[in-house]
Amino acid sequence: MVKTDFGPPKYLDMMSDLCKRNYGKWKYHEVLDTGTLVHVAENGEKLYTVRSATPRLIHIDTLRVFCDLADKYCNGFFRFTSRHSIEFLLEDESNIEPLKADLHAMGYSPGGVGNTISNMLHTQGWIHCHTPAIDASGIVKAVMDEVFDYYTEAKLPARLRLSLACCLNMCGAVHCSDVAIVGIHRVPPKVLDEKVAKMCEIPNVVAACPTRAIRPEPAKKSVVINDEKCMYCGNCYTMCPAIPIFDPKNDGAAIFVGGKVSDARHPAMFSKLAVPYIPNEPPKWPTVVKTVRMLIDVYAKDAKQGERYGEWINRIGWERFFKVTGLPFTDKHIDDYIFSVPTFRSTATFKW
Amino acid sequence: MPELRKTPMLDQLLDGPFPSFVKEIKKGAEKNEACNDLLGQLELSYEEKITHWKHGGIVGVTGYGGGVIGRYSDVPEQFPGLTEFHTMRVNQPAGWFYKTDRLRKLLDIWEKRGSGLTNFHGATGDIILLGTHTDELQNVADDLAHEGWDLGGSGSDLRTPSACVGPGRCEWACIDTLDIVDTLTRRYQNELHRPMWPYKFKIKISGCANDGVAAKARADCSIIGTWKDNIQVNRTEVVNYVNGGFDIIGQVVDKCPTKCISYNPVTKSLSIDDNNCVRCHNCINKMPKALRQGKINGATILIGGHAPILQSAFMSWVVVPFMEMKPPYTEISDLLEKIWEWWDENGKMRERTGELIYRLGMRSFLKATGLPAVPQMVLHPRTNPFFFWDKEEVNQ
Repeated sequence: MVKTDFGPPKYLDMMSDLCKRNYGKWKYHEVLDTGTLVHVAENGEKLYTVRSATPRLIHIDTLRVFCDLADKYCNGFFRFTSRHSIEFLLEDESNIEPLKADLHAMGYSPGGVGNTISNMLHTQGWIHCHTPAIDASGIVKAVMDEVFDYYTEAKLPARLRLSLACCLNMCGAVHCSDVAIVGIHRVPPKVLDEKVAKMCEIPNVVAACPTRAIRPEPAKKSVVINDEKCMYCGNCYTMCPAIPIFDPKNDGAAIFVGGKVSDARHPAMFSKLAVPYIPNEPPKWPTVVKTVRMLIDVYAKDAKQGERYGEWINRIGWERFFKVTGLPFTDKHIDDYIFSVPTFRSTATFKW
Repeated sequence: MPELRKTPMLDQLLDGPFPSFVKEIKKGAEKNEACNDLLGQLELSYEEKITHWKHGGIVGVTGYGGGVIGRYSDVPEQFPGLTEFHTMRVNQPAGWFYKTDRLRKLLDIWEKRGSGLTNFHGATGDIILLGTHTDELQNVADDLAHEGWDLGGSGSDLRTPSACVGPGRCEWACIDTLDIVDTLTRRYQNELHRPMWPYKFKIKISGCANDGVAAKARADCSIIGTWKDNIQVNRTEVVNYVNGGFDIIGQVVDKCPTKCISYNPVTKSLSIDDNNCVRCHNCINKMPKALRQGKINGATILIGGHAPILQSAFMSWVVVPFMEMKPPYTEISDLLEKIWEWWDENGKMRERTGELIYRLGMRSFLKATGLPAVPQMVLHPRTNPFFFWDKEEVNQ
């Protein structure tokens, strides 16, 4: 009989004695540098954390090297963050620099702590997903290479969360990030009638459309899409593989800015549209990379200390955001989806 | 072993300061045909600007309805190693803590039975094992079970709950995020492993208002730690911050959203009007040695968060402003079970909990859960006179 439903390994079995001893008894922490934290317990014991971004897609041999380093410096204990970074948990301060040197030697640089860009949250993209409009890992690699100085040096006014979702399903939930890249389609899907009849449940396909652009076509046992109403979300394709939405000539990335999840100072905010479309440019996506760099540089220069991206925009106003970034404001930036009207401005008070 | 695939486009992503995913796949390609073919197929995607993965098929392991996602190449004749390249989700230990000897066992299994490629971690929190054949799925699950690793959720079930680092290494954990996530995960193994709901349901737990696991943005049920009494002020440490050059006016006083903090530069003392504090956590973030949360701790429970598409993205909203979170966490379990029953009864196929509440109204949700309406649920009361009355509320 196969064992089932026993649940994950107990977290306490994965924790060092120092962590267990001071569980819930931490007093404060300090940022030592952009790759290192120290947490101090009520009893004075210290735990040092060395953080390093990973590409998320990791081969087991790399994980084994991480294990070797943890055995060498951390009594065999480490953890990961929710943003795909690895955190080595050290008890002996003198191990910090040797560990960092070993990490550098394997191509990993500590960083992402404090007022930096932490690792870039992302999805599967062309590596392993059936619905992406853009790749994920390739864009992340190209962007992080370009903004790497913001990852290793604390020169931002506040922390900056960069994210990427390769389609509108946003399985990375990037919609509350300071700067987010989202894969979009721009043309309606094609209905392959014969395949739809064989493969798909018509009522589910019709119900999957948020704009009611799909109606049944009983004669063909298929569906018809009203192109005027389609906003290319691909939800129908998720329900029915016979309605492909991919178009290499038109798929690409949109960039959103100003979101956050923390309630500190200003409550959590959704990210808002900055750039409606940049075409796919593999392997290094130069336009996306250049635009993200510009968006971060402008914020780094103009925002006040302690201001997150969205707080900065709230202070200067959107009209000024488009002015200082030089990005064109278009009809795409004005919401026409479900909750549009509350986003329209009803004042005569602007900055010129 | 055939020759390594030629990947001139991907090779441009090998250098640069950020660790390269291409290097990771190449490590696998040297000893595994599937990894080598993955390089080839990805290069093709880069040339053609399109994915080459088909929709998932139904695959699984005995006794489970979730945890495995079928994945097939649409060009298997070119890349036979990817004919079947399924994903397995493995439930991570709470807080993503690892001990190397336990993790090495998992890596050995994946070397023997899969591609050797992983994600640490997937967006929901699971360890993701990327790529194996249909006939290896059961073996992987069995081997993992033997070493104490269980599968996570997928499909229309409870997705693997996740939590921030919490009391394991953080002074800001108002609640025991790790114990809560571990307890709920074990309590709801059936819901996690056997899809039977209208759609997915996610639980994420953050210990404080900084919301380190983005619970509010992406979990149907977001549990966020908070406190009710006064912020604890260490006056000596306040003076130390100021003497150290910290901009207490600019970073703390001026940034306080309710202007409840004042600072006297003569006496170098900070005072907080706790009655007007909303517990946003900024001042504590900025002066962790001087300011600490109160001692009456609990959690705010929020419902409805999810990313697009159908009704736009929702951020979770408050349904219980303050819940004590003491083991065995009966109150949150009672609430979750009531929500699931109502949603299961009323939800349409692929309708998330938040979308159902949007369709039927908070009024219907409150009736089903027995929760009282409280002002903390809204930014402001409605601005229109279009509301419903039940029959028993009006004179017959």
